[in-house]
Amino acid sequence: MAQIEIKNIRKDFGAFNAVKESSFTIEDGEFFMLLGPSGCGKTTTLRMIAGLELPTSGEIYLDGEEISQLPPSQRDIAFVFQMFALYPHLNVRKNLSYPLVSQGMPRAQVRAKVEEVANILGITDILNRGVGGLSGGDRQRVALGRAIVRDPKAFMMDEPLGALDAEFREHMSEELRALHDRMKATTVYVTHDQLEAMQMGDKIVVMNNAVVEQFGTPQEIYDKPATMFVADFIGSPSMNFLPFAGKVAEGAQAIEMHGTSFGVPRQQQGSDGRLVFGVRPEHVMLSDSGAYRGEVLASEYLGTTQIITLDTPNGELKARIDSGQVATVGEKVGLGFDARRITLFDESNGQALRSDLNQGVLAHG
Amino acid sequence: MSSFSVTEPSNRSKWFAGTLVILYALITMVPLAWIMLTGFKSPADAISYPPKVVFEPTLEGYVNLFTTRTRQTPEFLAANPPETWYEEIVREYDMVIAGPSKFGERFLNSVIIGFGSTFLSIFLGTLAAYAFSRFKIPLADDLLFFILSTRMMPPIAVAIPIFLMYRQLGLSDTHLGMILLYTGVNISLAVWLLKGFIDEIPLEYEEAALIDGYTRFQAFYKVVLPQAATGIASTAIFCLIFAWNEYAFAVLLTSGTAQTAPPFIPTIIGVGGLDWPAVAAGATIFLLPVMIFTILLRKHLLRGITFGAVRK
Repeated sequence: MAQIEIKNIRKDFGAFNAVKESSFTIEDGEFFMLLGPSGCGKTTTLRMIAGLELPTSGEIYLDGEEISQLPPSQRDIAFVFQMFALYPHLNVRKNLSYPLVSQGMPRAQVRAKVEEVANILGITDILNRGVGGLSGGDRQRVALGRAIVRDPKAFMMDEPLGALDAEFREHMSEELRALHDRMKATTVYVTHDQLEAMQMGDKIVVMNNAVVEQFGTPQEIYDKPATMFVADFIGSPSMNFLPFAGKVAEGAQAIEMHGTSFGVPRQQQGSDGRLVFGVRPEHVMLSDSGAYRGEVLASEYLGTTQIITLDTPNGELKARIDSGQVATVGEKVGLGFDARRITLFDESNGQALRSDLNQGVLAHG
Repeated sequence: MSSFSVTEPSNRSKWFAGTLVILYALITMVPLAWIMLTGFKSPADAISYPPKVVFEPTLEGYVNLFTTRTRQTPEFLAANPPETWYEEIVREYDMVIAGPSKFGERFLNSVIIGFGSTFLSIFLGTLAAYAFSRFKIPLADDLLFFILSTRMMPPIAVAIPIFLMYRQLGLSDTHLGMILLYTGVNISLAVWLLKGFIDEIPLEYEEAALIDGYTRFQAFYKVVLPQAATGIASTAIFCLIFAWNEYAFAVLLTSGTAQTAPPFIPTIIGVGGLDWPAVAAGATIFLLPVMIFTILLRKHLLRGITFGAVRK
C-alpha cells in the first residue's frame, strides 16, 4: 500500500484546460474522495493517477517514485470503472483472473487467489456465469474483485456506485467502506455526491473548474470552508450567504450587518468592501426578541428537525431548528447566529477571510 | 388472447409476415434449385421442353465437369471394358476418359484467391479501422473519405490501366496479383464497416485491460478483437462474396495458372457442345463454399447487418 503525492499536475486537451496546477497528498491507507460537480476535472485527475491520461505537466509520486509518464500496466494501480467495464466475452472467473494472467502467475495460484477474492466478496456462486446476466450489485462486486485480486498499491474508483439504484447504493457504499477498513488499501474515489463523500471519505478534495478548492477531512471541509463554492457545494441545505457591505478589522471579534452587531471568530485578516456572512442552517437560532429580524416564508418538516426559510434584510436564509419549536409562516422572528461557527467571505473572489476558526485549513488551499 | 399489446404483433400479422417471407424465399430459391437439379439431369432432360421437374438423376454432368473425354473406336471400347462407375457413364457415348479437367485447379484458384484476399482485407481493414477509431489521426475524416472514394466508380472502369500495369509488374495471371486486386477493391468497404463496429466497443474495456497489466496491442487482440468478432465475420462474408463471384477482372487478367472458376465455367459450354448439366454442376459446386462459409457465420451475420444497433 502506498502514499500518493500529486504535485502541480496539469492537463490540457488541446485548448481546453481540464485540470489547472493542482497539488495534494493521499496518505497510505486513506479513503480519499475527489469531489466536485461534473466537468470539474476530478475524473481526469483520477485517470492521470491511473495512467489512462498523461499529465501535460507536473508530477505524481507513488511511494516516492515518479510515475506520471509510465504506462498504466507499470504502475500497479487498479481502477474500478463507472460502468464496470467487465469483459463481456469472459465469465466471472476469467474476468477475475485476467489481471493475474497478465503477470504470468501459475494457473493453480491464479485459481486459489480468485477463490479467495470471490469469498471475500461473496460471489463464489456466480464464478462460472457470464457477466451479461448479472445484477448491478454483482457486476459491482466482480469489478471490485478484479481490482483487489492482484493486491495493487492503490485503488482508483470512478463513481463506482453511480450505475446502481439508490436503495442498493446505500448498501454497497457500506460494503465498500467495510472492505476498505479491512484491507487498509489506499483508495481514491471520484464522486459528485457530497453526501457520499462525507459518509465514506477520510479526506476530501473539492474541485471546481479545474481547480482544487479545498483539501481536508470531511469535518474541516464542512465546518471551515475555504471558499464560497465549497460552502455551497457541501451540506444540504447548503451554507447561507448573507451579503453585506462593511469593514472588518484585523483582530475584530464582531462585525456590523444591517445596523446590528454579530459576533464572529477572531479575524486574522482585515477586509473592506463587499463581504459575505456565511452561516450553516443549524447555526441559526430563532427567538422572539432580537434586533435582527426575518419573516418566515416556509417550513419543511424533516422529523426531528425542520428547515425554516426566512426573508432577512440581507436576503433569504434557511435555518435548521428543532421540530418542537413553533414557526408560523408570515411571522416575524428575531435571528441569532452561533458566533463561533461563522465564516466571512470576500465576495469579489469567493475566498474565506482568515480567522481563528479556519486558520489551519486555509494554508492547504 | 384478449389483451392488446402495442409492441407484440397480433397472430394475424405474424401469419401474414410469415407467409410473405416464405413466398419470397421460394421465389429467390427457384433459380438455385433449378441449377442444382439441372446438374443431375442428362443433357437431353436438361434442354427438354416443357422443362422436366421429375427425371431420372444421373451424375453425368459432374463426370463431364471433372474430366476430359475422347471418342474411341468400337474395337478399343470392346477390348477395354469400363472399370469404374464414371467410365461406364462415359461409355454410353462411346467415349473414354482422357484425363481430369481443369475444373479442380480453377476451383482451387478461386479458394486461394477468394479466401486469401478476404483474409488480407480483414487483416489490414481491422488494423486501419482500429487506428481510425481510437487514435487522433491528422485529417482522419479526409482520409476516410479518400478511402471510400475508391468505391465511387465501378472497378471495371480502370480495367485497362490495371491490365497494362499488371503486365508491366508481372502480376498478370498470378495468384498474388488477383489477391492484391480484390483486396484493393474490398479494403475500403472493410475499413468503413469495421470502423463502425469498433466505434461501438466502449473504450473502457481496453482501459480496463491496460490497467490489468496488458500492453496496448494485447488489449487490442485480447479484448477488442473478440468484441469485434461479429463485425469481422459479417465484413468477411461481404468481402468473400465479392472476391468469389468477381468475373470481369478474372476474365481480363487470368487465363491459365491463376484463372478462377467464374471465367472457367462458361468455357465448358464450348468444349463438348452445349453441356448444360456440366455447367450446372460446376455452378453448384462453386456455390458451396460461400454457402458453407455464410452458414457457419450466420449467427454473426444476422447480428452484424444490424450494425451494432442491438448490442448489449
